[in-house]
Amino acid sequence: MAQSKHDAIERNVFLLIVLALLAVSVGGLVEIVPLFFQKSTTEAVDDKGNSIADKVKPYDALRLAGRYVYIREGCYNCHSQMIRPFRAETERYGHFSVAGEFVYDHPFQWGSKRTGPDLARIGGRRDNEWHRKHLLDPRAVVPGSNMPAFPWLDRPLSVSIGDHMKALNMVINAGVAKPYSESDIAGAPAAIAGKTELDALIAYLQGLGLALSNVQ
Amino acid sequence: MADFISSFWDLYVAGLTTFGLLLCIVLMVANMTKQKPGASPQMQGHVWDETLREYNNPLPRWWLILFVGTVVFSIVYLVIYPGFGNRLSTTPENDAGLRKEYADEVKKANEEVGKKFAAYKGTPLLALAGNKEAMETGQRLFLTYCAQCHASSGKGSKGYPNLTDNDWLYGGDPDTIKTSITEGRAGVMTPFAGTLSAEQIEDAANYVLTLSGLDADNASAARGKDVFAANCTVCHGADGKGALSMGAAFGALGAPDLTDGVWLYGNSLEAIKDGITKGRNSGPGSFENRMPAWKEFLGEDKIHILAAYVYSLNKDRK
Repeated sequence: MAQSKHDAIERNVFLLIVLALLAVSVGGLVEIVPLFFQKSTTEAVDDKGNSIADKVKPYDALRLAGRYVYIREGCYNCHSQMIRPFRAETERYGHFSVAGEFVYDHPFQWGSKRTGPDLARIGGRRDNEWHRKHLLDPRAVVPGSNMPAFPWLDRPLSVSIGDHMKALNMVINAGVAKPYSESDIAGAPAAIAGKTELDALIAYLQGLGLALSNVQ
Repeated sequence: MADFISSFWDLYVAGLTTFGLLLCIVLMVANMTKQKPGASPQMQGHVWDETLREYNNPLPRWWLILFVGTVVFSIVYLVIYPGFGNRLSTTPENDAGLRKEYADEVKKANEEVGKKFAAYKGTPLLALAGNKEAMETGQRLFLTYCAQCHASSGKGSKGYPNLTDNDWLYGGDPDTIKTSITEGRAGVMTPFAGTLSAEQIEDAANYVLTLSGLDADNASAARGKDVFAANCTVCHGADGKGALSMGAAFGALGAPDLTDGVWLYGNSLEAIKDGITKGRNSGPGSFENRMPAWKEFLGEDKIHILAAYVYSLNKDRK
């Protein structure tokens, strides 16, 4: 009996495909779909469920521009932005990352490899001048560093950040209103006027992880 | 953390998981081949290449036990790491397995390691600076948290004070060092771009150069003396010897001594003009010329050791 059912499935390619798809989709249905209906993964809350919405804000024009520099230069290839809940990491980097901090990150920059240190809480840890020197020539401040230098960053920004804001308005759903208002978008070119890519990237870095930072 | 927007999702996860587990067992049992001992083996019924046939033997016992074992394991696992939702979970609500593991790990380590830091809590900083073992701990802490800016030797670099040269912006007694680490420091210097003309800034910079006996344009410096007296003495003192020279109450200003030959940002005319023009830190919220406050991150015990370590870096103390 059982044998004939097995036979029927194995001899009918279409039936086999449908059943196989059903079988593998169970994992996604159980592990992925519920995350879309959980506060801690869709709203700006900390690990105890308290709101951090007053601290997690959409990136302003300059920081957003810096974010695109970060992505363009491939910083995520060597730097993660994800502090895992292990003591060894929280001792060095600070509070572990929570999903609620990333509601305005699209796509998020968690990364998967640490050649350099994690940057999830780099905001406020160094002063701007440190970042400026370090990005232009990492060996100037960290003699043993194997980070490449980015000397070309000291040039004017050329990015239509308003368009990026419009695009983000379409994809970000942080359980709140659209991240960028009309006036934000209209004011974007003025907000980044005269700034260099270096300024933007540093502004971006200095804003990282402040929501749960314990270094002032 | 199960903080679903409706309790449906809790049931949904628990339901689908249970259904999947049951399905594993049912499919297993339904497709088992049974064979009495001694009976001739069953055949699959297929024939390939005229004579090739395949036995339909029962599953090996060890394989069957392993399979059932994985199902039992998954039930235990799902209860501990709330895969069945909060109802059946052994970990408290809003405190999933990982979170609890992290909290336990931190608690255990803090009890163990924390003792080593706390052991020095009662030792006065001066005495602690002479404690070899404590200073080894201090060096490790320094390399982890401070060396990025102040360099592994503590000698700093442009913009980052040398901690070994007995020259201090805020005071070099152990308690002041401790305060610097605890509360952080923001070296606020007003930008004079709007207040002074380019010539006035040039004159003031030349005058500052003469304060420490460096080569300067003397005519310009002579004019700069008045500019300095009108704009700079409030923080740097009438003689330019810095905030500390005016008494401890002014120490928190951090305005450097301009006469001692120690230059945080370099002693070229350009560097000094740049500092006067743009200032160094525009006040609260600025990320320029500042050291962060480590109070919360490091905690009092570690800062106590670090302060003693930084103090100990200055070998020829006055």
